[in-house]
Amino acid sequence: MSSTPEAKVAVATPAAAAGRPPLPWRPALEGVVIPVGAVLVALALFGLFCFVQGRNAFAVFAAINKAAFGSWYAFQNTLVRAAPLMLTALATALPARLGLVVIGNEGALVMGGLAATVAGLAVQTAPLLVVLGVMLAAGMIGGGLWLAIVGALYYQRGVNETIASLLLNYIAIALLNHLVNGPLRDPSSLNKPSSFPIPDEKMLPVIGSSNVHYGLFFGIAACLLAWVLMEHTTFGFKVRMIGGNIRAARLAGLPVALLGIITCFLAGAAAGAAGMVEVAAVHGRANESLAAGYGYAGILVAFVARHRGLPIILVATLLGGILASGGILQREFKLPDATILVFQGLVFLVILFSDSLYGKFGFFKEERR
Amino acid sequence: MNVATPIARPDHPLPLELVNVTKRFGSFVANDAISLKIPPGTCHALIGENGAGKSTLVKCIMGFHVAEEGDIIIGGRSRDIRSPYDAYQFGIGMVYQHFTLVPAMTVAENLVLSRPDTPAFIDWKFELARLQEFMRTAPFAVDLNTPASQLAAGQKQKVEILKQLYLQSRILILDEPTSVLTPAEADEVLGLIKQKVTAGELSVLLITHKFREVFGFCDEVTVLRRGKLAGAGKVKDLSADDMAAMMMGGQREAKLVAKSVRPRGPAALELKNLCANKDSGVPAIAGVNLTVHEGEVVGIAGVSGNGQRELVEVIAGQRPATSGAVSVHGEPYGASRREAFEHKVFLLPEEPLRNGCVPAMSVAENIAFRCFDRHPLTKLRTLVSRAAIRNLAQGLITRFAVKTRSTETPIGDLSGGNVQRAVLARELGPGTARVLVTANPCFGLDFAAVETIHGLLTEARNRGVAVLLVSEDLDELLALADRLIVISHGELVYETTPAEADIKTIGHQMAGH
Repeated sequence: MSSTPEAKVAVATPAAAAGRPPLPWRPALEGVVIPVGAVLVALALFGLFCFVQGRNAFAVFAAINKAAFGSWYAFQNTLVRAAPLMLTALATALPARLGLVVIGNEGALVMGGLAATVAGLAVQTAPLLVVLGVMLAAGMIGGGLWLAIVGALYYQRGVNETIASLLLNYIAIALLNHLVNGPLRDPSSLNKPSSFPIPDEKMLPVIGSSNVHYGLFFGIAACLLAWVLMEHTTFGFKVRMIGGNIRAARLAGLPVALLGIITCFLAGAAAGAAGMVEVAAVHGRANESLAAGYGYAGILVAFVARHRGLPIILVATLLGGILASGGILQREFKLPDATILVFQGLVFLVILFSDSLYGKFGFFKEERR
Repeated sequence: MNVATPIARPDHPLPLELVNVTKRFGSFVANDAISLKIPPGTCHALIGENGAGKSTLVKCIMGFHVAEEGDIIIGGRSRDIRSPYDAYQFGIGMVYQHFTLVPAMTVAENLVLSRPDTPAFIDWKFELARLQEFMRTAPFAVDLNTPASQLAAGQKQKVEILKQLYLQSRILILDEPTSVLTPAEADEVLGLIKQKVTAGELSVLLITHKFREVFGFCDEVTVLRRGKLAGAGKVKDLSADDMAAMMMGGQREAKLVAKSVRPRGPAALELKNLCANKDSGVPAIAGVNLTVHEGEVVGIAGVSGNGQRELVEVIAGQRPATSGAVSVHGEPYGASRREAFEHKVFLLPEEPLRNGCVPAMSVAENIAFRCFDRHPLTKLRTLVSRAAIRNLAQGLITRFAVKTRSTETPIGDLSGGNVQRAVLARELGPGTARVLVTANPCFGLDFAAVETIHGLLTEARNRGVAVLLVSEDLDELLALADRLIVISHGELVYETTPAEADIKTIGHQMAGH
């Protein structure tokens, strides 16, 4: 037992003794090559799927690319979908730095959307900026408290965070359905029970002459802030200590439970902001469309981006593009629109698998062994 | 799979002899020319402190490790044991410290599962009949149809041993088999095994920390210390005090580090009626009262597993106290970051990688754990300056001779000794400590590193730091401590000074008499 750490000496010293120059860029490269490689493998598998369906895989890829990034118009559609993904991804990415696997993104988005709707309706006569500010704050607090429950259950009572957050998703969606069918219901919403609408002139505007709303700014800003928070602040340092070794964090005197709950709150606040964006920029009201899967897709984005703020922006844009191209597969290739979910699922599985490959390739070490 | 083995498994215990078995891990010698002999039908105790090399030695016998030098002689011939399956062929079986039963399966299923030749299709009627036949001759009765999860710890351990008997192991290696049992359960289990041994059906190699078991059940004993043979003999010729002295190495002259003569300062660290539980909820320390004054080293001696670890964890804030209080400089101390900083409490934990480091973070970041959130490592009080952390670490890495490729290397990539040095750099580097708590600070380090650490601790003491030193090495304690206190069963039972220390008495107290 005691000899295991010493056993490493044998492995570590010869390389150091050989005196080869360190190659610090190699570990950094590992973080790029593995996810990109995984996405390529997923593409190949999806190509195989298309081939089995009797479609030309390359034509399908070309169509996806065209529908997602082929024109300015298409790209705007992609960005509109990417905005909530950036926010919901943070709901998984931030607790991941604590070592928690939180998948309550959908629930936090719904709770944020609900809170934003209620608050927005309450102040709908106020000036535009006030209405939006109140909605954003309410959405963030709603989503934040929702995931703070997960943190509190975990740190105070030892309840598994993954299961707790998953179950809270169902509760949130049930709560949404109850409220829009009951107390919040607009009697004029017949086919699809909804809350009363936010006045059109108080909605989140689009950027300039584009079709992209300001939610994209929220998403990018949140990702940048999350990156600074985790990589460059004392708070992030503490969170990384807890995630890396909770015993060492306790030894250093950190208030582990408090920091953990705050991080979960921030995670929920990000997803809650996504809910606010969906209400204030897209639907204009709270209804079942809020739970459209952006939360679950956010989990995928967070894992592909390895829970880092900056890559989330890029990955959310890519996945936004894939989501945007769902329709074209149906129209042009007569593939069912769930096909795009098959693609998404393949990417997720391959990415999760690729996580097990980190550290397995000698090439990515600082020094060659 | 090595299915068709020509060797017939023995139906009686073969004599087992180790001759000069040496096992190295890199430059670290885990077993240095160990020899021991177990004649058939005897019970042999293997004792020694944690890290003395007991587990490595039995792993060589079991084929988990292959010894670099020396011979394992079974039945009069040197054997090449390369896997546990080879050991099985010679009738050697091992019961591990932790349970290896599948909780959801019944006792019968667990027993059948353990066979290396479990058939693809199991005829349960036949197997159950065979098992019942076996149970008739077994030393203990356990209901075959009870799921393992419903068994008490003592029964589980019985099933583990039954499993080895069912596999017809004739030489049983028991690795601290009673650490999870109550004394009554332990006596029962070992007593029944002893009957089999006396009847000549078994030989036993028992790894233990408890002298009671050595005296109660063993014929011969081998003592290891730091990988070397520290002593051996017939149990009836030795006293517990002799064995404790062999384990702790207290027979040699203690080498004193130059300690300045200074009057004892005011109380710095005080523990009042401190109680805490083990992970299992069993009390680990019971009402510890202790005061460490400025400028003195208080050494805590004891056989491991007597509450030392939990005591340090409570002071470190890693384990809640169930009652009692810790205070520093007269104020209550709860191990929060602010309190540790205000009172300048520093800690050198045992197993530093597990207790005091984040393996995935860099050496520089790990060295900055105490001060990353303070001037001068922060900008605007919230932004951590990587450059400042690097500079701080660079200086300390040079001063404490930490061997690392760069400041940015994950600390988990360093060797054990260098991790220890990095933690030492973090805790002693600033030189501001007023209270220092340390547990086995020299564990697994080479001679030069031990000298350095002893020098640093003495220097800190001479500066007026209150030092609490918990150690399993009596030499170290005798060399460094101003007062020496023995812990046994979670209580402080004996106090002396190195000048007046009598090894026999200390051994006696540690043995829990």
